Amino acid sequence: MKIQEADAKTLLVAAGLPVPPWAVARTPAEARAAAERFLGDGAGRVVIKAQVLVGGRGKAGGVKLAGSPREAEDVASRILGMDVKGIPVRKVLVGPAGVIVKEFYLGAILDRASRRIVVMASAEGGVEIEEVAKANPGAIHRVAAHPLLGLLDYQARALAFAVGLAGPHLREFVKIAKGLVATMKANDADLIEVNPLAIIRESGPEGHVERLTCLDAKITLDDSALPRHPELEKLRDLDEEDPADAEARLYDISFIHLDGSIGCMVNGAGLAMTTMDLVKRAGGEPANFLDIGGGAKADRVAAAMRLILADPKVKAILVNIFGGITRGDEVARGLIDARSRQEREVPMIVRIVGTNAEEAGRLLQEAHFETAATLDEAAQKAVAAARAAGGAG
Amino acid sequence: MSILIGRDTRLVVHGITGREGEFHSRQMLEYGTNIVAGMTPGKGGLHALDNRVPVFNTIEEAVRETGANTSCIFVPAGGAPDSILEAVGAGVSTIFCITEGIPTLDMLPVVEVVRAAGARLIGPNCPGATSPGRAKVGIIPGSIHLEGGVGVVSRSGTLTYEAVQAMSDAGIGQSTCVGIGGDPLIGTTFLDVLQLFAADPETQGIVLIGEIGGAAEEEAAAWAAEHLRGVPMAAFIAGRTAPEGKRMGHAGAIISGGRGTAAEKVAALEAAGIRVASSPTEIPALLREAGYRG
Repeated sequence: MKIQEADAKTLLVAAGLPVPPWAVARTPAEARAAAERFLGDGAGRVVIKAQVLVGGRGKAGGVKLAGSPREAEDVASRILGMDVKGIPVRKVLVGPAGVIVKEFYLGAILDRASRRIVVMASAEGGVEIEEVAKANPGAIHRVAAHPLLGLLDYQARALAFAVGLAGPHLREFVKIAKGLVATMKANDADLIEVNPLAIIRESGPEGHVERLTCLDAKITLDDSALPRHPELEKLRDLDEEDPADAEARLYDISFIHLDGSIGCMVNGAGLAMTTMDLVKRAGGEPANFLDIGGGAKADRVAAAMRLILADPKVKAILVNIFGGITRGDEVARGLIDARSRQEREVPMIVRIVGTNAEEAGRLLQEAHFETAATLDEAAQKAVAAARAAGGAG
Repeated sequence: MSILIGRDTRLVVHGITGREGEFHSRQMLEYGTNIVAGMTPGKGGLHALDNRVPVFNTIEEAVRETGANTSCIFVPAGGAPDSILEAVGAGVSTIFCITEGIPTLDMLPVVEVVRAAGARLIGPNCPGATSPGRAKVGIIPGSIHLEGGVGVVSRSGTLTYEAVQAMSDAGIGQSTCVGIGGDPLIGTTFLDVLQLFAADPETQGIVLIGEIGGAAEEEAAAWAAEHLRGVPMAAFIAGRTAPEGKRMGHAGAIISGGRGTAAEKVAALEAAGIRVASSPTEIPALLREAGYRG
């Protein structure tokens, strides 16, 4: 689960990391009030940033500076009205814009190949790290945190030297890098990125001070660990979530909405992906990924059917069950029950093999369901049915 | 011979008195697996599965009393990492963890401890393994198998059943079929299993079933290109139509930053001389074309 920048920054602050103050505004007036406060506290300018869970908001014009409360209000009203990659911006983050001396990238990610948390740093900060990785892979420095002890001081120092940090910033960097790994562990995050991590110049009574500061924060949490972090579950941004996702979660169904016209109901994630692939191969487009999970019972089958039919683009449904733990006859009963209650008549092709498939076949035949013996045949029949029903395939 | 499990397997089941544990233990026993013990804390001294299997409070006791050398874990996600460590501590050499939904960072130290102890962990979030005619450990339905010479390794459950059924229907039997699990952090990788198959005289052909996410298929393909030339192989990769940035059911099945796509994996396998099927039903024919005669 991705969380918004403001929530990610809250987790960094909780770990004792340096983050400039911020406020979240849902209206231009709120943005103006926040700007007034930060400008009054001595900031020369404020930054206004779209809060969306997709990347590329900077390029889309979702990050702007303002020098006065009135300008902040104008800028906020423009950003609050825009879309970033199809996601409408509903809130902005407002904060003081410091004088940036130098920008870095710092990130921590779970690396599958090495089975370690890998911490990455680059002196090319403030730009998309994927671009740096493509254009200049040597500019990204990596260390693998110890699997039992976490990131060690010497590892963090090595990264700091690699990106050219020295003097007082060395100690600041070590604290931040270790803090990121600790934040990752404390919250079961898969990924934490601070981009940019910046040296900021602040003017104080004793003249200028330069400090390493986390100007942005991006955190992805491990969905499997959310049950033990109820406080993090509350950070789920329902504004940006498809309502179908909430229902799917309630029934423990893996569901991903796609653009096609053929609804898919499958048991098992690998088989569900394969079913989508075969629909495409037969000339159709899948409307969704849906894994009803192992041992699915009638109520889950009915919920899956509701999720699929809630999409008006669905013109045919393909049910593919390979019974192992899941009993074919139970799925068949669930389908018969769900169809008797469904509000919209959509052709359905059912293929059930494995445990209790014979009983399932008999039940489906009595209820006049269209069945298929193989997965390839089921995909072809579903595509033909969707075409006949006016779907683009 | 076979890999990981066979006639010499002496299995202890963690959570044998639970709903899942009992159901699947019964299936394993019926298949002929030598289940020597069960473990449920607090139920030591009882006998499970119609009095056929003694239950112990600890794995250490089970190993001492029965000589168990393999374990299979059916405990919930919260307790599964502890179960793996208990098995390692008791000296179990091969550990299957079926449990799904273990937080990834919990597995980080566990995998390290397993490695340092020289034990082997398969999973988590895996269906287990079958060596047809000898033993099955986990939840793969025994009925889909046929004894033979093809080693199967996969990240999936039901997709593996689909492929194995297609092979058995075409008269192509299996030496061992291993599900390595769909999580981002797993104990045994494609490469590990390919190395075991390469050393197994009975395995004459290999089928690899991968999916989007990570780069384990590419790593396996690179090794196969060097060490498995001449071994008939076929592969399948699920997720050609999967969108970027979405977890496709398995925690590890995600394309991120443009990496881990099916296209990359298919290209890597083909570059290693391995034909990739576009449907699981094509696997038997591809194996034959690659020279499999079993």
